Amino acid sequence: MSKTLYDKLWDAHVVRQNDDGSCLLYIDRQLVHEVTSPQAFDGLRLAKRGVWRREANLATADHNVPTTGRAQGIADPVSRVQVETLDSNCAEFGITEYKMDDLRQGIVHVIGPEAGATLPGMTVVCGDSHTSTHGALGALAFGIGTSEVEHALATQCLVQKKSKNMLVSVDGAVGPGVTAKDIVLAIIGEIGTAGGNGYAIEFGGGAIRALSVEGRMTVCNMAIEAGARAGMVAADDKTMAYVRGRPYAPKAELWDKAVAAWRDLHSDADADFDRVVRVDATRIKPQVSWGTSPEMVTAVDARVPDPANESDPVKREGMLRALKYMGLAAGTPITEIKIDKVFIGSCTNSRIEDLRAAAAVAQGRKKAANVKQVLIVPGSGLVKRQAEQEGLDKIFTAAGFEWREPGCSMCLAMNADRLEPGERCASTSNRNFEGRQGAGGRTHLVSPAMAAAAAVAGHFVDVREWD
Amino acid sequence: MEKLTTLTGLAAPLDRANVDTDQIIPKQYLKSIHRTGFGPTLFDDWRYLEPGEPGMDHGTRRVNPDFVLNQPRYQGARILLARDNFGCGSSREHAPWALLDYGFRVIIAPSYADIFFNNCFNNGILPIVLPAAALDKLFSETIVTPGYQLTVDLAAQSVTTPDGASFTFDIDAFRKYKLLNGLDDIGLSLQHADDIKAYEARRRAEAPWLFSS
Repeated sequence: MSKTLYDKLWDAHVVRQNDDGSCLLYIDRQLVHEVTSPQAFDGLRLAKRGVWRREANLATADHNVPTTGRAQGIADPVSRVQVETLDSNCAEFGITEYKMDDLRQGIVHVIGPEAGATLPGMTVVCGDSHTSTHGALGALAFGIGTSEVEHALATQCLVQKKSKNMLVSVDGAVGPGVTAKDIVLAIIGEIGTAGGNGYAIEFGGGAIRALSVEGRMTVCNMAIEAGARAGMVAADDKTMAYVRGRPYAPKAELWDKAVAAWRDLHSDADADFDRVVRVDATRIKPQVSWGTSPEMVTAVDARVPDPANESDPVKREGMLRALKYMGLAAGTPITEIKIDKVFIGSCTNSRIEDLRAAAAVAQGRKKAANVKQVLIVPGSGLVKRQAEQEGLDKIFTAAGFEWREPGCSMCLAMNADRLEPGERCASTSNRNFEGRQGAGGRTHLVSPAMAAAAAVAGHFVDVREWD
Repeated sequence: MEKLTTLTGLAAPLDRANVDTDQIIPKQYLKSIHRTGFGPTLFDDWRYLEPGEPGMDHGTRRVNPDFVLNQPRYQGARILLARDNFGCGSSREHAPWALLDYGFRVIIAPSYADIFFNNCFNNGILPIVLPAAALDKLFSETIVTPGYQLTVDLAAQSVTTPDGASFTFDIDAFRKYKLLNGLDDIGLSLQHADDIKAYEARRRAEAPWLFSS
């Protein structure tokens, strides 16, 4: 019987089927961070349970870590306790941790693939909704709550019900200046933030095949913003080339054996999907979000939409509330929206290719006078080192941008990096929810190139017209 | 986990779609290493007039009188009425912890985000799905009827209004069983430890690279 990629990944990990159709699903890799794990480790201690398979777990601190002055430690005492709790839990339970002062430390969703800890064909979980990122390698990866973190630690399994299959096929090729971020924002604009609820999404089509593995991570990362817990892309030559030689990747004859198995990590030609969405890549333009949900997004050459044209009363009310929060008037051209801050980073867009794209725009230019701060936060210590070897840090600092230490930073503002009330930010992160980047802060989601161009211009500009 | 069989309680209407977990419990409170104490900061940004921080005395903060849960008539509510895609965004389990700590045991909405939906069951909260038309009725009756109480009977899978109208809802049999009996997953899964070991042995032979560290 022909199967989708998701069917294959699911079937390979079923330990047992329960009577109600739910399954005990085996988990190959769990990534652990400081925010969603302390209560899980506490639960293990309370029940006097151990960790089932210690080496299947990899931990790092990312949400709370400062992006400056690391040598001084964490100033916020509450954040510090949380990171120290992760350190002591990992020591107690024998879990490998990339600590704050380790070169390999970074955002969980950057370091997993970077270390080769995420491999094609794996099931990967983490107490973080953006775990969908890892699906870019042909893996089944999804975010879980803390009770499930504890469950996976204790049993190496989760009780799961299979999702439905959705194919999002991005057909054709995108034009110059249109990136993975624009593709996924356009998809979310099309299907909505609940469009993928109950589904696992496979991203396919020419435009996805043409993306680098890092670009595919950007797309899969935001599957959750379309409502799908898991996003994935079939494994191909690019996937194998990406994984080869990484610290956790198989070596020698095991490598050949693994690659032979990974060649099957694609949907069969006649596989059945419960829903298929086709997107014409040639029509996708650089995207800018205007509201407080990732589905409230439009092309850079468009205008802020008018709620009066929305017939659904609940949606119209949501648009009105969003425009009020964002301080925007319907009909305003996107390119006339001025910004106060720029954030380039997050598990969506903090990999080396993202930093190169931002640097290419910033090279030889300066941030606009009205832009108070431009933060460049690499996704990991290794990304940071690579960027410095390429001289990207010099380009950024010459432009008046700030070059920081790796972490989640102003994507969710759990550390000191945040927006003040009313401040408007061009951000390469994934969520424009109210208060996400700081209470009262206003977030516009864009690609790294668009963020860098906005930093220079002081307002949104169409990066396709950038010389 | 506390079991849930029947519940009769005051309903509170939160009439907006796509309520995300950043709104349910803002990020600054996720720094806690405990499971309890999140009730006073549930919906923090909407509930109070100024931003809050962990460690504040939330009882002395200025509340936003326009926010629905601050209205005197909804104090003590146990059942939250919500709209589509409730609980979207972050996987933070602090969201159901905050709802539970505040006093909500049941949520009724037309749809939920998947991770939040799972997290509710793992904490003894029942997220009921009813059609949008049923929710419209419950919302309008709640708003016009002070002291509007609903009765939820998990065994019968029903929600009953004060005038006796009843709606039935679907729920997975296993989830229902666990909630009725207050059972958590880990103990149940560990009953299958031999199956897990057998799977590992087979998989180790097929795909040994998954087991090298």
